[in-house]
Amino acid sequence: MSMDLLDPRERRKAGGALQGLGVVDCDIHPQFATPGEIHDFLPERWRDYVRAYGGFYRQPLADTLAHPRMAPDVARGDAWPPNGAPPGGDLAFMQAQHLDANNVDHGMLMPLNRGPGNQRNLEYGAALATAVNDWQIACWVERDPRLHASIVCTQEHAPFAIAEIERCANDPRFSQIMLPPKSLEPLGRRKYWPIYEAAQAHDLPIALHVGGVNGYSPTGSGWPSYYIEEQHTNVQGMQGLITSMVIEGVFEQFPKLKVVLVEGGVAWAPALKWRLDKHWKRLKSEAPHLKRLPSEYIRDHFWFTTQPLDEPPDDADLLETFELVGLDRIMFSTDYPHWDFDEPSFVAAKLRIGPEKLRAIMSGNARELYGLS
Amino acid sequence: MSKSRFVVARTSDVAPGTSHRVSAGGRDIALFNLSGDYFALGDRCPHESGSLCAGKIVGFAEADEPGHYRIVRDGEFVRCPWHGWEFDIRTGKSWCDPEKSRVRAYQTGIASGSDLAEGPYVAETFKVSVEENYIVVEI
Repeated sequence: MSMDLLDPRERRKAGGALQGLGVVDCDIHPQFATPGEIHDFLPERWRDYVRAYGGFYRQPLADTLAHPRMAPDVARGDAWPPNGAPPGGDLAFMQAQHLDANNVDHGMLMPLNRGPGNQRNLEYGAALATAVNDWQIACWVERDPRLHASIVCTQEHAPFAIAEIERCANDPRFSQIMLPPKSLEPLGRRKYWPIYEAAQAHDLPIALHVGGVNGYSPTGSGWPSYYIEEQHTNVQGMQGLITSMVIEGVFEQFPKLKVVLVEGGVAWAPALKWRLDKHWKRLKSEAPHLKRLPSEYIRDHFWFTTQPLDEPPDDADLLETFELVGLDRIMFSTDYPHWDFDEPSFVAAKLRIGPEKLRAIMSGNARELYGLS
Repeated sequence: MSKSRFVVARTSDVAPGTSHRVSAGGRDIALFNLSGDYFALGDRCPHESGSLCAGKIVGFAEADEPGHYRIVRDGEFVRCPWHGWEFDIRTGKSWCDPEKSRVRAYQTGIASGSDLAEGPYVAETFKVSVEENYIVVEI
């Protein structure tokens, strides 16, 4: 049995350890049942606008990504609901295939739909953000209270973003504020600070799910040729935004801010901490507003989600790396219904940890962060 | 433990180039028809347990060097619907790591309804009729 495969006995053991444990899935993607479903949530002005003109992203393509994906709709081949809705577009199918089947107690919605924050027409973007937020509540959370909404907003224009955050923040059906890591400027820049101020004031974590459309190539030297290359730029992007937020002093200004990195991997984090600490010791006169080691800010302010799970040849290396990151900062996620979905017993089997630590990663850490039952 | 032979489907249930999911002996099995030859694999990807029956049936892209590509053995691999691991339908072996990584492959055979009426077979899901041919899997 190859080391990167699951030993069926480990899998059964992990299944046993998960018995009766309701997991928290920190990354579920709801989809519009039909492309027009969201139009019901837009005011008449913007319904007319989107029918006449459509959206304008910061790239030559509308309503799609610059790079082809692994699978249609980025989805698991078996996630297409029989009623004709796209993957993630039918709650009953999602319940049967995922929420019930995998014993999900709580699922955090990560709506990527239409990217309100990526729209060049700011007023349309703001109306779309409101619509996507209302749609999450009406079509998902109200129909299944296991699901929790994420506030989307126009991150490039703070006044509109703050208005939307204030509109939603006191509604407990929203658990966090979601921003795209591919923003117009590195996320530590001052233009984004009002959003962090609001997040801290409302005690809402900021969730940064990989993606966004900023029109820039994902690497520092242009466009990748292959999806495997492009996909790995998610890691570089996460490293860049952690570095920006830490070095710009976001966490000195907002000492209670919590940031969740979704789908960007975990295992690279220790190396980033070591390297930033090394540089900081030599270069701290450049950024004297930083009072602590970069690694300390990272340890205190960032949470990481598991999917897509790092799969080293030896499972023991995974646990050792996770311990360096901090087992209280790692939260289970599936990415349902996307093609690189991780199944709970697979993650549990790969981790090979005792029941208490396993419960923390699969469930407890997220319950604590989001204040879930 | 001696193997049992299960009648799992009519040959007409599995059109050429398609798959068909059956259960026999407590196991989920993916049946495939490659131009009239029938193959049976365990319906669980050894990686994360995706159902291979829900996967695409594909050929394999091969290259001896960058820039020179060809599809070989078109229709002889199944690609897991989750993470895209590819398995040789004839053997169950993974394309990437054929020696160590494989899905369970079962012996299959075809038997006529009249044979089955007399033979030592187990039909779990339906009654056999003498007019048709059946796929038999050894477990």
